[in-house]
Amino acid sequence: MIRYLYADQLHKHAALQAGMHRDRAAQFRHRLKWEVTVDDRGWERDGYDDLNPLYVIWEPTPGVHGGSMRFLPMSGRTMVNDHFADLTTGPIVSPLIWECTRFCIAPNAGPRVAGLLMLAGGELMRAFSLTHLLGVFDARMISIYNAVGAAPELLGTRGIGRDAISVGLWPYRPDDRLRVLRRAGVSSEVSEAWFARSFGRSVGEKAAQIAA
Amino acid sequence: MRTRLNRFLQDLESADRLDQIQGLTTQLRDALEIDHVVYHWVSVDGEQYGFGTYDPAWAQRYQDQDYIRIDPVVLGCFQRFHPVDWKSLDWTSKAVRAFRADSIAHGVGNQGFSIPIRGPNGQFALLTLSHTCSDASWEAFMFSYQRDLIVIAHYLNAKALTLQKGRRPDTIRPLSPREIDALSFLAMGYSRSQAADLLGISEHTLRAYIESARHKLGALNTVHAVARAIGEGLIIVGGAAREAAGGWPGQNQARGVASS
Repeated sequence: MIRYLYADQLHKHAALQAGMHRDRAAQFRHRLKWEVTVDDRGWERDGYDDLNPLYVIWEPTPGVHGGSMRFLPMSGRTMVNDHFADLTTGPIVSPLIWECTRFCIAPNAGPRVAGLLMLAGGELMRAFSLTHLLGVFDARMISIYNAVGAAPELLGTRGIGRDAISVGLWPYRPDDRLRVLRRAGVSSEVSEAWFARSFGRSVGEKAAQIAA
Repeated sequence: MRTRLNRFLQDLESADRLDQIQGLTTQLRDALEIDHVVYHWVSVDGEQYGFGTYDPAWAQRYQDQDYIRIDPVVLGCFQRFHPVDWKSLDWTSKAVRAFRADSIAHGVGNQGFSIPIRGPNGQFALLTLSHTCSDASWEAFMFSYQRDLIVIAHYLNAKALTLQKGRRPDTIRPLSPREIDALSFLAMGYSRSQAADLLGISEHTLRAYIESARHKLGALNTVHAVARAIGEGLIIVGGAAREAAGGWPGQNQARGVASS
């Protein structure tokens, strides 16, 4: 299932937490060769993990990390504003825009995982009336996002080829949802049930869903 | 209701003393037509301020009973950044059930919605709304106003922080070049799609820059943001800008599609 967990809730899911940080090391340090910090447990962690971010984690079987991403509101400290403000021509500040970083897919994870994570990102936007998600990602991810049917709009790119890192926006587009649901291979009801399980509330108003 | 919310934001903007926050919570409650609005903040060193429309007897009782230790709203919102419907919190323990019964007896209401705000350097604040109504009506209210309320909560907190520090109010964060461009084109009367074309970005992306500028300007909507930016001299509009030497990307097309 998809879990929505704040950092201070991760200790209740120790295996999932360890899997996420190890898979992040595999993706960002070993595969992409980014200059990230990996500790003696083999975990990739940075200062933004200390700001009690919200993680979205795909858990294909109990305790197993299938993919994840990390959210912080653009009204506070964020990686985009601290390190990529040149790509956005200055800091972007809004509580209605959340940054999405460390988008990670576990090695050998199936093709559905990117879709599942994008679906969850859409649920966050819908549930909390966000206008956009703002992401930091490598060049290879752009084609993955496109394949999922939720292409980001690039604001800027640093570096070239394999080393390129981009900042991009996902606006809240209700039409994306059906496409992404199909790619993720789950029903709308299941996605909403996952959300309700984590947040104890529904993604949207019942009437609004019918209207949409 | 939105007219009254705009009026509230104007009054919030011009507030220059911390004690005015009390009156503002009453004004916000009346604008929203609900029972209560409470703004509560905890600074890094544990200093607390609260302003709101709850019965003072309830505020006193809350302190006397040290309810803050068990209040699911405080526990459930601290360290979070998503808005929280009180129904989603854990009210099952015996002590918490008694607390809830006590709060309802003091007129707090059976429904609540709290917006956590993460301020600078570990500051934490909550904007809470409460009311007495059915679950369905409350859900409809939340989904209609959630976005405005998140924006209002952050402005209120920014204002309170400014006033508490005794700084001169209304220090506006500088707009980025893209944000200035976006607001300038809107101020000149271009539509969003025209402005996006002129800047060579999509309308969705334009919206992110407008959103960010709006937040920095403390405005509830785009019209207010544009007015504020003009008032503060952050953007220059009108004939002078359009005829100015130097030009901007797409200036010639812009002249062709100008609405005025």
